[in-house]
Amino acid sequence: MVRFEDVVLRYGAGPAILREVSFGLDPGSFHFVVGPSGAGKSSLLKLMYLALRSAEGRISLFGRDVATLTRKEVALLRRRIGVVFQDFRLLPHLTALENVALPLRVAGQPESKINSHVSELLSWVGLADHLHALPPTLSGGQQQRVAIARAVIGRPSLLIADEPTGNVDDVIAVRLLYLFEELNKLGTTVVIATHNDGLVKRFTHPVLRLNNSTVEIGIQEFFDDPEEDPEEPPLGPFEAEGGVA
Amino acid sequence: MLSRQADVPIGQDPSVRFLPWLVAFMVYLAALALTCAMAMQKVVERWDQGLAGRLTVQVPPPASGDPDLAAQQIDQVIDALADISGVRSVELLNQDDIADLLKPWLGETVMQQDLPLPTLIAVALDETMPPEREAIAARLAGIAPDIVVDDHQRWLGRLLDLARTIETIAALIVVAVMASAVITIIFVTRTGLAIHNQVIDLLHLIGAQDSYVARQFENHALLLGLRGGVIGLLLAVLTVLLIGYLLERSQSGILPALALSFWEWLILISLPLVTAAIAMVTARFTVLHNLSRVP
Repeated sequence: MVRFEDVVLRYGAGPAILREVSFGLDPGSFHFVVGPSGAGKSSLLKLMYLALRSAEGRISLFGRDVATLTRKEVALLRRRIGVVFQDFRLLPHLTALENVALPLRVAGQPESKINSHVSELLSWVGLADHLHALPPTLSGGQQQRVAIARAVIGRPSLLIADEPTGNVDDVIAVRLLYLFEELNKLGTTVVIATHNDGLVKRFTHPVLRLNNSTVEIGIQEFFDDPEEDPEEPPLGPFEAEGGVA
Repeated sequence: MLSRQADVPIGQDPSVRFLPWLVAFMVYLAALALTCAMAMQKVVERWDQGLAGRLTVQVPPPASGDPDLAAQQIDQVIDALADISGVRSVELLNQDDIADLLKPWLGETVMQQDLPLPTLIAVALDETMPPEREAIAARLAGIAPDIVVDDHQRWLGRLLDLARTIETIAALIVVAVMASAVITIIFVTRTGLAIHNQVIDLLHLIGAQDSYVARQFENHALLLGLRGGVIGLLLAVLTVLLIGYLLERSQSGILPALALSFWEWLILISLPLVTAAIAMVTARFTVLHNLSRVP
């Protein structure tokens, strides 16, 4: 599903944000991405949803080397990826309904189908009374739920969420995670970057941990000891393929 | 139902608010230039057809002023003309006909001014086998040396040159106006791409192809072109009708009436559609060209 091989990311001529990152995510897996602020979690996700290109290394999505894709192929591939952005990136001039409908419109779905699906999903995330509200009139939590609804409306094969529960209370956060799990059970590969340790522990999915510009994979409990030397993590940098999910 | 709010809010940009009026002005200029060209062509066609196969023979009064000699010369000219092969008819214009011809130039009292006017003879020729103007002039020169045989070609040639010049200028104005419209649309579209960079980036990230983004801009350009085009056309039609009314009221006879045919009106009415189509295609190619350069 997702495969990174010796991927290096740097912005311009600056230092490497990610160094020789290698891992693979199997189809239908569920991973959290954790790490301190500035560790490169968002950059890692951006590489996954094709918003950035790596300086070195090879990234494969759905079995395709992303470096060889044409613009049209990139667009078609992105339709299989749902993204919840950290800053939501809702279009302020469109209603909640229209924002959530965007991926379906872009994919050329008929308007009649779009309307019923979008309304149903927005009701499910508790925004039935805000279908026609513009994002600036919604609270941070409500905007986040609209962003999540937009990411999942197209039933993506890969769902990437950058701090999707950062602006909602614990009850809503758990409910959203259950939504992601439901999608995961239906076959969607889920990758969630989060600071919420409680959620990571509660849902016990494998963790991609960013540290010193590299990625380690394991389960959260292995990373829990604050006294542990970050230079020598229990599992070591996960540079070999497999072993995930 | 979902509303059809555009994903890229181009219509809210300050840079496009003036655009319908700019397009309106361009279409107004183009419509007037086209009308001018079409009217000029029609005038030339009318005069050209009216004068084809016709000659005018001017017989000046004799220097002695002898009316009998004048009448004798005119009779001889008419007989000579009738004898020439290829002459279909010969018609002597009477004083009233001549007065009508001169009124636009010399006024209502032309016949009271005791001017030494020539006698005019209208000659219709067989257009399949017309005789040479020089041969007719040589034949008539024996009757009176000052007789003028005018086939109107010199005057008509100048008129045609004038008409062609006006038509060329009108065509250049239309081309310049359309080129200006294209340049304006390119500029505004590029500005829109820069202003809405983040929205376009988001659309790309959720799977939009460049053609989807281009459609947003081309739809906007189409509506904008139509709106501005219709305003410009309405103003142009009002101007054309006003000029037509003023020409008709002048009744000078020198200036032709400004009457457009059904097809000519159709050409004018199609201007906003053509402008909108050009705006749409320009916007589309500008977006596709610019996005293709984005990595």
